[in-house]
Amino acid sequence: MTIVPVHPFVFLDHNATTPLRPAVLSAMVDVLGEPGNPSSVHAQGRAARRRVETARRQVAQALGVPASGEIVFTSGGTEANHLALRGLKIDGRVLRSAIEHDSVRAALPDAVEIPVTVDGIVDLAALERLLADGAALVSVMAANNETGALQPIAEIVRLAHAAGALVHCDAIQILGKAPFDMAALGLDLATVSAHKLGGPQGMAALALAPRLPLRALTTGGGQEKGYRAGTENVAGIVGFGLAIEAAVAELEPYGRLAGLRDRLAARLVGIDPAAVVFGAAASRVANTLCIAMPGVKAETQVMALDLAGIGVSAGSACSSGKVRISHVLTAMGIAPDLASAAIRISLGRDTTEGELDRLIEAWAALRHRTNRSAA
Amino acid sequence: MINGARVPPDAIYLDYQATTPTDPRVVDAMMPYLVQRFGNPHSTSHAFGQEAADAVERAREQVAALIGAEAREIVFTSGATESNNLAIKGAVRFLKSRRSKLVTVATEHKCVLESCRTLVAEGCELTVLPVDRDGRLDLDRLAAAIDDRTALVSVMAVNNEIGVIQDLAAIGAIARAAGALFHTDAAQAFGKVPLDVTAQKIDLMSISGHKVYAPKGIGALYVRRRPRVRLEPLFSGGGQERGLRSGTLAPALIVALGAAAEIAGRERAAEADRLGGLAASFLDRLTEALEGVAVHGNRTDRIPGNLNVGFAGVSALALMAALPDLALSVGSACTSADVEPSYVLSALGLDDATAASAVRIGFGRFTTEAELLRAAGRMIAAVAGLRSAGLRPALEAAT
Repeated sequence: MTIVPVHPFVFLDHNATTPLRPAVLSAMVDVLGEPGNPSSVHAQGRAARRRVETARRQVAQALGVPASGEIVFTSGGTEANHLALRGLKIDGRVLRSAIEHDSVRAALPDAVEIPVTVDGIVDLAALERLLADGAALVSVMAANNETGALQPIAEIVRLAHAAGALVHCDAIQILGKAPFDMAALGLDLATVSAHKLGGPQGMAALALAPRLPLRALTTGGGQEKGYRAGTENVAGIVGFGLAIEAAVAELEPYGRLAGLRDRLAARLVGIDPAAVVFGAAASRVANTLCIAMPGVKAETQVMALDLAGIGVSAGSACSSGKVRISHVLTAMGIAPDLASAAIRISLGRDTTEGELDRLIEAWAALRHRTNRSAA
Repeated sequence: MINGARVPPDAIYLDYQATTPTDPRVVDAMMPYLVQRFGNPHSTSHAFGQEAADAVERAREQVAALIGAEAREIVFTSGATESNNLAIKGAVRFLKSRRSKLVTVATEHKCVLESCRTLVAEGCELTVLPVDRDGRLDLDRLAAAIDDRTALVSVMAVNNEIGVIQDLAAIGAIARAAGALFHTDAAQAFGKVPLDVTAQKIDLMSISGHKVYAPKGIGALYVRRRPRVRLEPLFSGGGQERGLRSGTLAPALIVALGAAAEIAGRERAAEADRLGGLAASFLDRLTEALEGVAVHGNRTDRIPGNLNVGFAGVSALALMAALPDLALSVGSACTSADVEPSYVLSALGLDDATAASAVRIGFGRFTTEAELLRAAGRMIAAVAGLRSAGLRPALEAAT
């Protein structure tokens, strides 16, 4: 099989997925060649078990899972979110923010929506009012995948716990980008995914505080302490452990991306003074820029940039190729015309200034063309 | 650095029904999708995403080709456990208001039995059929157990402990005649025995990657389109996999399953001959040197890479403890830490002592003749030693 590389391609869609770290890859390839089912009692099985448990400690440590808490490995963020939200045996209303990922929205079809401010931050006064009417569970993401806006999780936990509700946090977009500590935040459940932080695709985890009433979605061999049946993806788990350890260790250098991102935003707004940056007033993860070029559909921008060899996305990638108006921007009160002109540019730890210059050039050319055809 | 327990340098892996190492050719096929900066396959608007999406569709064709299905009938999952859960819970929950009965077999994998029990808790009626002494399902009993209220019949293609192959075509015909869906857990069969969803009248088939030299963490479910089988998904969200299985697909894992399927399709017949020969000569050596060797499960209708053998008077756990360099197992991997005798062997009608003497020996693609000869010699010596020592305790024998 030959794969024709499209390089040099500038990949600026790191909130969708990230490249695998080279050290993670080589460890995974070694593990793939080993026979051994972690449930087997022979030496090969025990070796596989040791690898899984080492990675479990790495993930628990990176997340700050409370003592006697659990890490349950799953096949991805969607499964982990479903296990958390459908598996929890609770009785009462569920509240979720208006800007949650599709997998959370789908897992909680009957949830009451917590509104967000114009900057895309959960409205705490509204949350308090909703909690006053009773709730058993609150689900809010730590960082939004489209705008990068950081959410006031500590405050949300404090309010929710005071009202007797558990709190789940989809932490997929924050790990490796900004500090996160499950125990310090007082969270009950948190979801984290490997491929967003330099680990393999098809691997995620649900972190649990001790003694939560959780029921498995898939049953069978009793793996993962009965929370998730199925032979463990040993190579993927090993890769996850190594990747999250490295990502959390590199938080400080990751912060440099904020400078690149802000310079990029300023340059783009310089090209088109009518361009709008969403969540600009919010505290955001360092790598994310959500920006609209008024009058030009996001799909048109994404295609034009793709032709120029630059990968960005129109809102969230998960809608199976369909581009809809972002529910996140809609919840922020952005008019449909402007929201449909928004693209997401998400930098990675290896992104260079030169790569961003290519994006700026391509964006300027598109603005120029569309201005001309409008005139 | 990666950590792991120490595996003896001269260890011989004889547990291919628990899991297989990933074939180096499969690793090679995965590499581009691990190394290069391929994107999320659902972001088809940019070039990275498109390449990943194309690779996923090629793999879907490769998997479909091995079972006579169409590519669009293949749904990728995280493994056979998820496939079995999705097939059984998904199909029966969809049909429950009209047909609320399900039929399965005592020797099924735990995840099939557990999925059925979940449905019982939801109000369904379950029949668990026994098997004959050789592990095969009695077709008359099956026919008698099915009626017009039966939603689903779930019978595994190949048993994970005794390697026995069921008559899928006959079972499929019986289920279809009654209007029931036929699901088969083919985790141990895919790539090892011929499968054809049309000829065998299979509506749902669970497939595992790591039993056929692809990595752990990938599997598939065949879902018939004509007539269409409807399922209630276990997870929803992004709407991937025709809405049956949401979540970001892992292109590298999917490509690996496709590559493994293609290799198996090409090499299955020759590999079966080779493994059959190895198993026969291994067994010959044991029976020539030892009295009281029993083979559990049908001798002819079984996959060539499996032997389930008992040595009269020798406990399997003691034997395994005496052979730390041979990776053997009692029962399935999922239950191998249990001290109870295998429920599969009990279902064959074996008494507890006989069941407790049985070891599962699994050969595979990378097992060499030299390894088997050495393993047979080690096993013969260990059995003879344990017998002459009059069943010394396992730990003592190991030290």
